[in-house]
Amino acid sequence: MVIEAERTDPFMVAGERIGSRLILGTGGAASLDSLERALVASGADLATVALRRVDPTARGSVLDVLTRAGVRCLPNTAGCRTSRDAVTTAQLARDAFETNWVKLEVIGDDRTLLPDAVELLDAAERLVDDGFVVLPYTNDDPVTARRLEEIGCAAVMPLGAPIGSGMGIRNPYNIAMIVEEAAVPVVLDAGVGTASDATLAMELGCDAVLVASAVTRAQNPELMAEAMRFAVEAGRRARLAGRIPRRRLALASTPDEGLPDLSEG
Amino acid sequence: MSACASVNGESVELIPGTTVADIVGTLTGGGRGVAVARNGEVVPRSEWGTTVVKAEDRIEVLTAAQGG
Repeated sequence: MVIEAERTDPFMVAGERIGSRLILGTGGAASLDSLERALVASGADLATVALRRVDPTARGSVLDVLTRAGVRCLPNTAGCRTSRDAVTTAQLARDAFETNWVKLEVIGDDRTLLPDAVELLDAAERLVDDGFVVLPYTNDDPVTARRLEEIGCAAVMPLGAPIGSGMGIRNPYNIAMIVEEAAVPVVLDAGVGTASDATLAMELGCDAVLVASAVTRAQNPELMAEAMRFAVEAGRRARLAGRIPRRRLALASTPDEGLPDLSEG
Repeated sequence: MSACASVNGESVELIPGTTVADIVGTLTGGGRGVAVARNGEVVPRSEWGTTVVKAEDRIEVLTAAQGG
């Protein structure tokens, strides 16, 4: 059933078919082996990687894990604090991984790791001009999201809560507003702690969910990856199905018609 | 004293004529999934073989790592 949905209702970005609506961040896994099992269980077709100094003593590579799992690589600019660093990192990633796709991150605060909107918009503009397919990690601010779309970003990726916090979606109204306005895919990025958070994102109308820590740092990453896969799928179907309106009082689901008269006498 | 460059934050003695490709070769097996920056600018893969490393250059040899 899940596979069927991924085939008939695929996640598309920039005209390209991704497939699964769950994107996996590879950060935080205890080992490459643990990551590989989680990646396979997640059913993800796209996973993020970072760019760091070569470690000549390292055994195995996260790229090999992605290749074996048949998962496409989405380089990020994690750790960048200025537009300049983010643009250079994206260009380096393009050279290393032969992709012009980038998850653009420009962080403005060490404690919260919240995006720096000013640097982010500047970097997004430069990268779009340079031919990149830009997927920016952004605040849950509808105005910033609109600006990013106007610049030409291929998606917008608002946070639910700070990276790695597991606090879920702190402002579902803002996420819903971003979804209402956006003509590009909206990917809930950061904040997911457990499966219900991912479902809520999809119910709010997000096109996909990006999850890293919630899977890689779970006590059983493989099992949580599978849970996330079903959670995203459930939320997507619920969104498409159209939920009932909320009401303050009951609305009987059983009809009164044909109710027997069981009074005494 | 011979000229030195910084490679991934470590001081490395340069043999005259050392190219970016030479440095990549000593650090990695082939360079798949590798990118190089020199003094904060990308050195495209196609220029590794012809880019001679100069004294005081800051070379960063980068590859994929786990990251959200």
